[in-house]
Amino acid sequence: MINLPILPILIPLAAAIVLIFLSKSVSAQRIVSVIASTATVISAIIVMAKVKSDGIQTVDMGSWPAPFGITLVSDMLSILLVLTASVITLCVVLYSFRSIGSGRENFYYYPIVQFLLLGVNGSFTTGDIFNLFVFFEIMLMSSYVLIVIGGTKIQLRESIKYILVNVISSAIFVIAVGFLYSVTGSLNMAHISVRISEIGSEPIITVLAVLFLIVFGLKGAIFPLYFWLPGSYAAPPAPILALFGSLLTKVGIYAILRTYTLFFYHDQPFTHDILSMLALLTIVAGVIGALAYRDVKQILIYNIIIAVGILLFGIATMTEESIAGTVFYLIHDMIIKAGLFLLGGIMIYIAGTSNLNKMGGLIRQYPSLGWTFLLASFALAGIPPLSGFTGKLLIVRSGFAESEYVGSIIVLLSSLAVLYSVINLFMAVFWKTPETPLPDVKKRTGLLFVPAAALVVLSVLYGVGTEAVYPYVMQAVDALIQPEIYIDAVLKE
Amino acid sequence: MKTNDVIFQTVAKVVFFMIIFFAVRIFFAGHYYPGGGFVGGLLTSGAIVLLLLAFDMKTVKKGLPIDFKCLIGLGLLFGAGTAAGSLLFNVPFFTHAYDYFQLPLFGKTSLHTAMLFDLGVYFVVIGVTMTIIQTIGESE
Repeated sequence: MINLPILPILIPLAAAIVLIFLSKSVSAQRIVSVIASTATVISAIIVMAKVKSDGIQTVDMGSWPAPFGITLVSDMLSILLVLTASVITLCVVLYSFRSIGSGRENFYYYPIVQFLLLGVNGSFTTGDIFNLFVFFEIMLMSSYVLIVIGGTKIQLRESIKYILVNVISSAIFVIAVGFLYSVTGSLNMAHISVRISEIGSEPIITVLAVLFLIVFGLKGAIFPLYFWLPGSYAAPPAPILALFGSLLTKVGIYAILRTYTLFFYHDQPFTHDILSMLALLTIVAGVIGALAYRDVKQILIYNIIIAVGILLFGIATMTEESIAGTVFYLIHDMIIKAGLFLLGGIMIYIAGTSNLNKMGGLIRQYPSLGWTFLLASFALAGIPPLSGFTGKLLIVRSGFAESEYVGSIIVLLSSLAVLYSVINLFMAVFWKTPETPLPDVKKRTGLLFVPAAALVVLSVLYGVGTEAVYPYVMQAVDALIQPEIYIDAVLKE
Repeated sequence: MKTNDVIFQTVAKVVFFMIIFFAVRIFFAGHYYPGGGFVGGLLTSGAIVLLLLAFDMKTVKKGLPIDFKCLIGLGLLFGAGTAAGSLLFNVPFFTHAYDYFQLPLFGKTSLHTAMLFDLGVYFVVIGVTMTIIQTIGESE
């Protein structure tokens, strides 16, 4: 079937439409959500198998040939990220049954989650820079609803900030795309890449590179532009936070990865040096936040920022090995962040607060939760053989090979800081004697625990099975390092 | 002060249908000339807003018992359904089909599946506009 790459986008859309009609019945919404999310995962696996065997898959929308129409392109990188995003959404939907509350369930929570997945999968798949903007907007509009749904005071305050920042960055996005179009005369990403390599390293291209870095940096939360993230992400409840933390910033990172390998690789001494500097500052800022706060949500949120810095450093180094490391780490970080936020949500639910000083002693009543969280913490810090290790190893090794000593050492030290911050969290929540003794009645957390633990198990498998994942990642890296592969597949030359 | 809006209400009843017919005209013009689902949808919601101004929300709800949020879903269904129809024929997504037909009364007419997509846009625009206006109006 030639329309295969569209399925992971079309299924969430169809599900969202059906769910709008079912807004009265919560149980029907749950059933449809689970079926649709599972179907999305399955379709992504099928597309991935197809990409593995037959190379990059493209669909020219409306039969308009590239570069004139909109082309959807599923290369290995896109489909790996689509698959990861779909699996995370499935787990979050399952987790939501017991945690999101009937108020939100009755007000279009499930359709909006599907719209969010539609936007995320679309952003990963599209091969047209303006269409990328459209899918970004779908994703952002869904996130506006998710951040405000429920309408508590803190949500209303933070959503104003969030919407304002994103409206401005969307405006800059359109301006940048218009700029790019006036320079290259095309919107098809493969075609733009061809045109830019014809122009060579004109200063205007460098200006565009910085402009796009600002746009994607605002979404992806890199150093000076991350200011809105800690506040806004802390407002919504755990399942929404897990979706935001694991998907939204990563779409920004994906866009930087794509544009900086496909368009802006001509003036690397300037663009990639800026990127590398910002990456290191992002790591430092994230570490400071993660060590300073005494709050479950904030510590985990600042860990997002650290990961963003590490990923950007991998992109900035721009060798085959570092890009491979970035792809490894990107997928790892999506899975483990979702898992950690879901586990954090359970901890907050049990303790009734997210303040570390008021928590403690959970290990006695919830041992499995505690040990799973510890395992996830180790995976996050990148202790071998867990999943964070491979990506960080490749990024740091290529950093040393390119004599980026300072950067590599900062990445290494950041792992220690990450480990310290999450172990600190673990000790405070599970080990420490609580101020007020815990009630004897155990809260039921089984149905919350299963999807969160599933993500942690997936992350462990991803780490242990690195050997099996390796050929997939390398296929993704090939198309990034050699843009010709991507261009030939899209323009069919 | 109680206003007497007999004239306004009488005119609104007539003008409502004029706007609706004009919206339909604009909608069908859309394939070759300026117009289409978006403008048609806006005009139609303009007509409904006129009724809301002339009468009140309760009366309009009685006359048009539609859940506008469901209308959004219906519109999306038309849009996505038309695009997804291409899956059945194994042609790229969004590919549309058209042909010329001899219809009684109209003569030689071209029929496009793109019109169904536009109908979806029409419904979504009405649904979204009316939902927004109703939400703002209800709070007063």
